[in-house]
Amino acid sequence: MRKEGKKRRKRKEDKKRVVVSNLLFERWAHKENPNRHYRGNQIKTSKYTVLSFIPKNIFEQLHRFANFYFVGIVVLNFIPVLNAFQPEVSVIPICIILAVTAIKDAWEDLRRYKSDKVINSRECLVYSRKEQSYVQKCWKDVRVGDFIQMQCNEIIPADILLLFSSDPSGVCHLETANLDGETNLKQRRVVKGFSQQEVQFQPEHFHNTIVCEKPNNHLNKFKGYMEHPDQTRTGFGSESLLLRGCTIRNTEVAVGIVIYTGHETKAMLNNSGPRYKRSQIERRMNRDIFSCIGILFLMCLIGAVGHGLWNGTFTEHPPFDVPDAKGNYLPLALGGFYMFLTMIILLQILIPISLYVSIELVKLGQVFFLHNDLDLYDEETDLSIQCRALNITEDLGQIQYIFSDKTGTLTENKMVFRRCTIMGHEYSHQENAKRLETPKELDSDSEEWTQYRCLSFPARRDQGPAAMRGQGGSQPLRRSQSARVPIQGHSRQRSMGRCEISQPSVAFSSSIEKDVTPDKNLLSKVRDGALWLETLSDGRTPKPSLATASSIADFFLALTICNSVMVSTTTEPRQRVTMPPSTKALGTSLEKIQQLFHRLKLSSLSQSFSSTAPSDMDLGESLGANIPTTDSEERDDGSVCSGGYSTDGGYKSSTWEQGDILEAGPGASLEEVLQAPALSLAGPELCYEAESPDEAALVHAAHAYSFTLVSRTPEQVTVRLPQGTCLTFDVLCTLEFDSVRKRMSVVVRHPLTGEIIVYTKGADCVIMDLLEDPGCMTDSDVEKKMRKIRARTQRHLDLYARDGLRTLCIAKKVLSEEDFRRWASFRREAEASLNNRDELLMETAQHLENQLTLLGATGIEDRLQEGVPDTIAALREAGIQLWVLTGDKQETAVNIAYACRLLDQTDTVYSINTENQETCDSILNLALEEVKQCHGPLKPGGKLSGFRLPSATPPPTSGAAAPDVGLVIDGKTLNAIFQGKLEEKFLELTRYCRSVLCCRFTPLQKSMLVKLVRDRLRAMTLSIGDGANDVSMIQAADIGIGISGQEGMQAVMSSDFAISRFRHLKKLLLVHGHWCYSRLARMVVYYFYKNVCYVSLLFWYQFFCGFSGSTMIDYWQLIFFNLFFTSLPPLVFGVLDKDISMETLLALPELYKSGQNSECYNLLTFWISMADAFYQSLVCFFIPYLTYKDSDIDVFTFGTPINTISLATILLHQAMEMKTWTIIHGLVLAGSFLMYFAVSLAYNAICVTCNSPTNPYWVMEGQLSDPTFYLVCFLTPAVALLPRYFFLTLQGTYGKSPILRAQKIDRLPVDKRELEIQSWRSRQRPATIPGEAHPTNHLGSPTSGQSFRSSTPKNLSPAERRYKEDWVLPGERCSRDHTRDDPYSGDSWAKFSSGEHLLLEPSRTMASGQTNSNWPFSRGSHRRSQSSLTI
Amino acid sequence: MAMNYNAKDEVDGGPPCPPGGTAKTRRPDNTAFKQQRLPAWQPILTAGTVLPTFFIIGLIFIPIGIGIFVTSNNIREIEGNVFMYYGLSNFYQNHRRYVKSRDDGQLNGDPSALLNPSKECEPYRRNEDKPIAPCGAIANSMFNDTLELFQVGNASDLMPITLKKKGIAWWTDKNVKFRNPPGTDPLEERFKGTTKPVNWVKPVYMLDSDEDNNGFINEDFIVWMRTAALPTFRKLYRLIERKNDLHPTLPAGRYYLNITYNYPVHSFDGRKRMILSTISWMGGKNPFLGIAYITIGSISFLLGVVLLVINHKYRNSSNTADITI
Repeated sequence: MRKEGKKRRKRKEDKKRVVVSNLLFERWAHKENPNRHYRGNQIKTSKYTVLSFIPKNIFEQLHRFANFYFVGIVVLNFIPVLNAFQPEVSVIPICIILAVTAIKDAWEDLRRYKSDKVINSRECLVYSRKEQSYVQKCWKDVRVGDFIQMQCNEIIPADILLLFSSDPSGVCHLETANLDGETNLKQRRVVKGFSQQEVQFQPEHFHNTIVCEKPNNHLNKFKGYMEHPDQTRTGFGSESLLLRGCTIRNTEVAVGIVIYTGHETKAMLNNSGPRYKRSQIERRMNRDIFSCIGILFLMCLIGAVGHGLWNGTFTEHPPFDVPDAKGNYLPLALGGFYMFLTMIILLQILIPISLYVSIELVKLGQVFFLHNDLDLYDEETDLSIQCRALNITEDLGQIQYIFSDKTGTLTENKMVFRRCTIMGHEYSHQENAKRLETPKELDSDSEEWTQYRCLSFPARRDQGPAAMRGQGGSQPLRRSQSARVPIQGHSRQRSMGRCEISQPSVAFSSSIEKDVTPDKNLLSKVRDGALWLETLSDGRTPKPSLATASSIADFFLALTICNSVMVSTTTEPRQRVTMPPSTKALGTSLEKIQQLFHRLKLSSLSQSFSSTAPSDMDLGESLGANIPTTDSEERDDGSVCSGGYSTDGGYKSSTWEQGDILEAGPGASLEEVLQAPALSLAGPELCYEAESPDEAALVHAAHAYSFTLVSRTPEQVTVRLPQGTCLTFDVLCTLEFDSVRKRMSVVVRHPLTGEIIVYTKGADCVIMDLLEDPGCMTDSDVEKKMRKIRARTQRHLDLYARDGLRTLCIAKKVLSEEDFRRWASFRREAEASLNNRDELLMETAQHLENQLTLLGATGIEDRLQEGVPDTIAALREAGIQLWVLTGDKQETAVNIAYACRLLDQTDTVYSINTENQETCDSILNLALEEVKQCHGPLKPGGKLSGFRLPSATPPPTSGAAAPDVGLVIDGKTLNAIFQGKLEEKFLELTRYCRSVLCCRFTPLQKSMLVKLVRDRLRAMTLSIGDGANDVSMIQAADIGIGISGQEGMQAVMSSDFAISRFRHLKKLLLVHGHWCYSRLARMVVYYFYKNVCYVSLLFWYQFFCGFSGSTMIDYWQLIFFNLFFTSLPPLVFGVLDKDISMETLLALPELYKSGQNSECYNLLTFWISMADAFYQSLVCFFIPYLTYKDSDIDVFTFGTPINTISLATILLHQAMEMKTWTIIHGLVLAGSFLMYFAVSLAYNAICVTCNSPTNPYWVMEGQLSDPTFYLVCFLTPAVALLPRYFFLTLQGTYGKSPILRAQKIDRLPVDKRELEIQSWRSRQRPATIPGEAHPTNHLGSPTSGQSFRSSTPKNLSPAERRYKEDWVLPGERCSRDHTRDDPYSGDSWAKFSSGEHLLLEPSRTMASGQTNSNWPFSRGSHRRSQSSLTI
Repeated sequence: MAMNYNAKDEVDGGPPCPPGGTAKTRRPDNTAFKQQRLPAWQPILTAGTVLPTFFIIGLIFIPIGIGIFVTSNNIREIEGNVFMYYGLSNFYQNHRRYVKSRDDGQLNGDPSALLNPSKECEPYRRNEDKPIAPCGAIANSMFNDTLELFQVGNASDLMPITLKKKGIAWWTDKNVKFRNPPGTDPLEERFKGTTKPVNWVKPVYMLDSDEDNNGFINEDFIVWMRTAALPTFRKLYRLIERKNDLHPTLPAGRYYLNITYNYPVHSFDGRKRMILSTISWMGGKNPFLGIAYITIGSISFLLGVVLLVINHKYRNSSNTADITI
């Protein structure tokens, strides 16, 4: 053993980690344990200890340039020749600044320390040889090599290699919500060779050596092998590693050996600290600080030269020229140089020392208000906005470009099965489409809905009541869903290890996703298919006439099987269903059977059941509806899984009534009928846990057609067929989905035929290429048919894509035993290899997934998020260019773009799809030329002084004549652009574009594009996304926003701000962004002004004290002035001031442009305020000077009125800057002023000799009893502020800036205000476009919704009418009340775009037709232009 | 607004908090402060709203200015108490190193500071190994001319005018800030171990014969030690108290000023002056404030008129459209 240990140690040097069981060494001395070199499991995220805090913190703070500068000046001040102030005193300001920051740091660190302590002292079960059992130990005492036993719902204390699971198949389930926010369960497998344990795992018998990677931060990458005592090796990968911070679910007991501990765990290594970004204002501020340094140097130079000259006028040394300690006088030049340094010390405050601290505090305040905004709070997820980067709030107000992901960002990422095509037959699922619209429609406007339906679907009228029943029933369901207990542990802690036990939830299974109303037509065919399957069991050969039926059965089997969906029950803890449920039928109580009989009788009496064997599912559901107790119980559970079967029951039974049921199999005996409901009783309790929403949608869809996924284990999948029989498929292999292959496959053995079948599901573009070549077919008939099917399916796919549906192709392949065996061995080889395993696996997948037979395709709708169109319109109006970057298909993306008003029907849309650089170049040239003709050239110089949008400078011709331009490109084109160095042209074209749509983009391309715009156009960019594929884009942009949605937390983790809904972006940018920017910008300008104004006073005095660096104000008062008397008002101002009210900002997004153009803080405003500061300081110095000239005034008595005056001036200046006065503003201003007097009086009364050698004793008191003081104090601020006051007045009277106009609107009473806003908007968008032709352009319609409706032409469908009203709404929605009351306005959009595509088509063509007649330049509809440019 | 939230809650699934009240939601509080809805006043500076301010400033400032101006000009009559100043020009008493060259602790009578003055006094800290009292450049350069005022009588005889030495320094300086070293011994004893400043003729305890005006609390010394803010300054030298209400303090006539010249000024190209002045409620004679008030008042008034015109015209031109925009 000893020898072995030595060998181990040697091997420790290379890139492997070797772990052996600690138990072997338990009785040995500690140093014999080869694991002792590994760090313990204790974590320490706190930076400091009590002892190291002060030196370490100071060291860290000195890394800031500003702090370093001030410390340097303090050090200078300690040199006797130079010191302008008493050195001891001059340390105070920098100490206070450092102390404030240190206190903040200490507080943060203390919190970290405390939470570390809590985590470190958590307990877990560690095996002890002494006790021969598992004993409780703290997390921090866990060592590498320990054996740990974990129970269900326990949090994993370290990275552990799974060796035993109570699950018979050796599987352990993990919830990784604490790690990545994903709430679905992940499977972990026991290391091979350990899985077949009958009894409890015996740690003492573990003599293997584990060799694995060094700790790294790849969460999903882990490999290693285990060396058995007999030198054989077993490989394992990340599928056997339990990660620290995750939670064990659905598994009673799991045992493993600790591999990585503490800070070496993957979770901890992944945990990078908060991000630090520098905002644009800060960058600009740094530039202006250099201006200040320039001013400072100039002043100091004047001082130095002046001092030299002044000294030169004396032929002999006057009595006031004091020599140094030895009686020597300095030479002139040296004296001048020293004076230069002294002046730097004296005038140091010109560089605002407290500005950095103040900005930080202001941003904290701003973040506080952001966090507390009710409008940014999402009830469903119980999440408010999270600000992860604290220092770029003001950048939110300057955004020029938004790059948005589509899926999950603009859309809900709630996938709903919409339609499918099987073997070339399209099943449109009209009812389902109807259902999707219904609940919300009912909530908002039921009357209109009914009316609309009657108009458009007269044929459905007879079904109206039935549908209504269904709708009525779904209302309480919706409610229960929204009231459900908040879940999703989006813990905001820094450490992954810190996790609260959050309630488990099931992702992707809201009611809207679960319920699919089957297509009647298809349903009947499904019965056929199911029957065909039945026949298989009889051993009969399938009839050729049933080929379609078999395909349909295959299609649904593929939907059910080909996925990674887990089945579990809703009970707590979630138990995974792994056993076929037939056994559960025994548990059905007599009572229920009785009920069933009763119901059967009733229904056979009252309803015309043509068959004796109704669908089991149907019965079950109606049964479920009749058991209120179960129903309410489930609802109380708050589980999303308390499915909608109760609601749909009535609806479906009425469908059956129509006589759509076919004859069920004759063999349906009473037994089966009895068993069926029992089965379906278990059914509703099934929960599907999917890794992606698409999968869930497909399984739910199959469930609707009674192909129910009942259980799944790694080896077996059980599917219940419509007849109620359960088929158990042996899963031979699963090829998981990955984004490179864009498909997944499952190899199963059919239980009836024994065939080995590969079911593949994937993106259409991939699958279509992998299909078997029809040309190879021997039978020409079959070949023709296949070609036909492929063509038709492709057509349907295009149709789906146009409707904005996500498409997936389903295909299958039958393998021969021999082929499969060969492939399987190949696969095993690949799995076992340690080196290029990924490539090999990929290769094996390619070997399997070819020569597929197309079964069909599905269209899944991704619903638009609430309020998206409205938000996009507002952002657009705010002058922000919105680009959508998506990996989706072009057609899907374009349609979503239309649906969310990113593109308009009247827009000219250029699509560029080419791989060729030259073609790309010529297309760009062509498009540019054309666009320039319409819009006129862009104003030059935009690139230098901040990019301005073309819309800001309308062409000199008639305002709205030129149509907006949209651009659609794909990933290949972008490559061509980059390779061909066409970026300039591309950007120039995009600058004319209203919106840009980028499809088929990889994550890398997304970030490349963001960087291109950010760097080339020097624009402020914002990226918003929700998935892992958006991370690079989020990090590339100036501001990254993550949507904490369903796709995990990667996006949120890398973002600066995390919101829960896209629509929150509107208030975040338009209101908070504007406020934060204008507040901070004006505060920064004010700070510069304040410091320059005050410091100049000292400078002017130098002209009267022989440039000796003397001050007329006591140094304490100088410090107090900056640190106390004038610091709080700007802080309050920066946190609380509102230049324009929230309502107005939301109603007039145009106001956002002031931030984009940096109107509050630019070079001009900076120098104007500098000039004003100099003027004011001149006044503040020279009025007292002239007043006290030639009197017996002494130094401090002269300085006191100056100090008082400048304080009054600076505070009054602040008061004039403030746009909003609340009680806080008033109190702080008055308080600052009074505090000055109080502190000065106290200080001047107490300090007799305290501040040696000069003391301002009794000066303030003396001044307060002197009338001249009051006269001066009264006069000077008035003189100082008069010009500014007058200028502001003129500006307020004559000013035409939108901000000013909005401020005036704000002052009006509410009713008048709305009128003004509407008239503003109508002027902003002159109604040159006739309403009939362009219903979408009624943005600024001055009439209210009601009157507008009456003026609507009769020929428009009600759907369009609604749609118009939505357009009018934004005007009214300005106030919070409206937004709140009308939560569904956005959804009518989704309905309009997706549901009623038939209605949309004519109106679109109509619009384009008239467009063409109106404008010769216009390219009309998007499709037309596309064809003209696509090469 | 609160009403709306409640209404919404009801529609959307009951109150945010379940009956148990234990469920913690992260929902932000709906308070006026947190939602930034504090009642606020939003002033906008326009001609109309600002007009009164300008007129008020004008109307207040002009009378004040006239008042000050008149008062200031009345000062020339030598009635009441007459203040006698000496003036120095080009003497930078506010020079940084000069201002600091003193030890307030010593001047406050601190015995330890008396014998061990502050380093700030260098190089006037010690002389021949003895601490200087009072130390520092300020004390060293104390003005030491003596001025005597005589009225020339009818027969060319000189009638000395009583010049009061006391009451020329601040009361707090004399009684709090400046203190002789403690003790009951004669001053000379208490200053034992110190030496006089280099430039001084007499030690500090011999500045005056009056015990109450000797040593550190000599008022001439205190006045000098209050360093002037500007290079051209005057310092109060003596008071000439009025005798009674009927006669002017200094009746018209010929006066004779006797100056004992001790203080050299040519090193800094300075000039010496003697000023006799009375003081009004607002200090000595200085017409500046009055003129400034009148000027600013007038300008403000003028601007007010300009704004009035603007406001009038603007209102006329914009009444076709809406007023506010």
